[in-house]
Amino acid sequence: MTFFLQMLVTGIFIGSIYALVALGFVLIYKSSDAINFAQGEFLLIGTYVCLTLVASYNVPFFAALILTLIFSMLLGFAVERFVLRPFIGEPVISMIMATIGLSSVLAGFVHIFWGHETRVYPQIFPEEVVKFGTVQIAPVYLWSMVIVIALLIIFTLFFKYSRLGIAMRATADDQQAAQSMGISVKTIFAVSWAIAAIVSAVGGVLLGNINGVNSSLSLIGLKVLPVAILGGLDSIPGAIIGGVIIGVIESMTGGYLDPLVGGGLKEVMPFVVLVFILMIKPYGLFGKKEIERV
Amino acid sequence: MKNPFVMDCGEFRVNYKQDMALYKIPRVRMRVLAMVAFFFIFPLLFSDYVVSIAILCGIAAIGAIGLNILTGFTGQISIGVGAFLGVGGYASAILTMKMGLSFWVAMPMAGIITAIIGALFGIPSLRLKGLYLAIATLAAQVIILFVISRWDSLTGGTAGMVLSRPSIFGYTLYSETSFYYLMLIILVFTTIFSLNLFRSRVGRAFIAVRDRDIAAEVMGINLFKYKLIAFTVSSFFVGIAGALLGHYTMIVSPELYSIFISVEFLAMILVGGLGSVFGSIYGAIFITLLPVLLRTIVEGLSVIFPELYGLFSAFKEVIFGAVIILFLIYEPEGIAKMWKNIKDYFKLWPFSY
Repeated sequence: MTFFLQMLVTGIFIGSIYALVALGFVLIYKSSDAINFAQGEFLLIGTYVCLTLVASYNVPFFAALILTLIFSMLLGFAVERFVLRPFIGEPVISMIMATIGLSSVLAGFVHIFWGHETRVYPQIFPEEVVKFGTVQIAPVYLWSMVIVIALLIIFTLFFKYSRLGIAMRATADDQQAAQSMGISVKTIFAVSWAIAAIVSAVGGVLLGNINGVNSSLSLIGLKVLPVAILGGLDSIPGAIIGGVIIGVIESMTGGYLDPLVGGGLKEVMPFVVLVFILMIKPYGLFGKKEIERV
Repeated sequence: MKNPFVMDCGEFRVNYKQDMALYKIPRVRMRVLAMVAFFFIFPLLFSDYVVSIAILCGIAAIGAIGLNILTGFTGQISIGVGAFLGVGGYASAILTMKMGLSFWVAMPMAGIITAIIGALFGIPSLRLKGLYLAIATLAAQVIILFVISRWDSLTGGTAGMVLSRPSIFGYTLYSETSFYYLMLIILVFTTIFSLNLFRSRVGRAFIAVRDRDIAAEVMGINLFKYKLIAFTVSSFFVGIAGALLGHYTMIVSPELYSIFISVEFLAMILVGGLGSVFGSIYGAIFITLLPVLLRTIVEGLSVIFPELYGLFSAFKEVIFGAVIILFLIYEPEGIAKMWKNIKDYFKLWPFSY
């Protein structure tokens, strides 16, 4: 029972980070009907920038985090302006290939600047584990959870009350109507790419603190795809719930099934779930049932 | 008319038969034959290194034509080619090394096995399209690779398997030249098959499905049937390419068939030209030569900047991604369209229209 609870709790904590990264997918899909296959590289770049600031320039962690977020925002703006803007209204395959090409370019730059070997964050969060009854949790997980929840609350308020947030929701709903009401759709796209880059960077920094940083961290970008699909590609609550579900499934698979097959199933399970969702409920749990059926 | 160097001026077609002809102008036949003849004497003119690159280009071209049938002509985006290449390679490896079949039986069977598995993963295409189908094929890629790397008793797990070169009449194709001819014959067959496919009823149905699936269905095209045929035919050629590649490099192992290979193949058909058979070949050659050229450049520059050499793989990634993005922005129809523009220019010269 302790083992089960331990797996459950770990799954929920990891899942909350997935939820954050999935939020990036959802935002971009909502505003511009595109999937960003370069999400993993956004995450990687954010992680490395923060690591460099902390480790090489001895910037305090939270200041480094803020600087990283500003950097990610600029990166998001730049990417939208120079790579994605020509593809507004182009066929799906152009959009998919453009973001795949982008991911290759970004990964290349990461390798040029930071190389391939794994690096570890200096100790930022306290080390001794916190105990809840029989379940043990490393503080880094708790802190991740706090940061994730704070960000999700900020974004929820942002979308609900700020002018820009409302404009973004309007654009997601109906681009033409939004434009005729005087909303600049281009600005909205740029902002959604910037936010997507920011949330990925935070997710990356947290995951980097848990597992260390190397270039394979960008694979999270692909792993979060099932999360976004499960929750529904255009639903923010969906991303959160999807993240927790996938996190728990992954953690449970790692705990109970991996010893039976000799490991590795943990990484594949989200994709198996993905296939089933696509077959049964392609628009996910909370997505708009708008996708074109054949 | 008899002078092969005279340019074509205008195309005068008065019936459907002429419009459907493979060679729209009789003189083209001579040029095509001359080109095929050149490729047959190619290994006699160049060194083994050049021939080995040509073999890789050719094998990639077979796979790219396969993918183009599915993605370029039928409009079903697939990010799972890498895994299907692996299925072809492993099927051939298992059939020849474990079951002792001859390569000449194993290769077509590897194609058929890949076709069956491809069709299986094509079933979601009934319900999904566009982005969602792309994600489903991505899932297929991950799952197939997992099965390959875990099914130790059949595939040798992460260590992979060793293959042998095919042999014919007691002569084993160890030399680059002999394998080149094997590749060339299959490539020519694949090209002719797919060129003819798109002159036939099935091929035209594929194009109709791509262009407007609902209209195609209204016109009596059974969407599911044709999508499934597209997945089958496409996977067959990808499987053949995988088997050839396996026997050429003489090794199959899971990391050779990663998502990156799928992306590379997508880049090939994109850079070459979606929905163009010859475009697939141009694209395959371009993408295969890209790292080779880049390596030469980096080697040249590393005389001045020695640290450059260590960054080669990173540069490769940057250039590769940049090529995809630039082609998408400036010439979405690929090299095939660029080549056509050049031909049109000379056809019309000295007039600009």
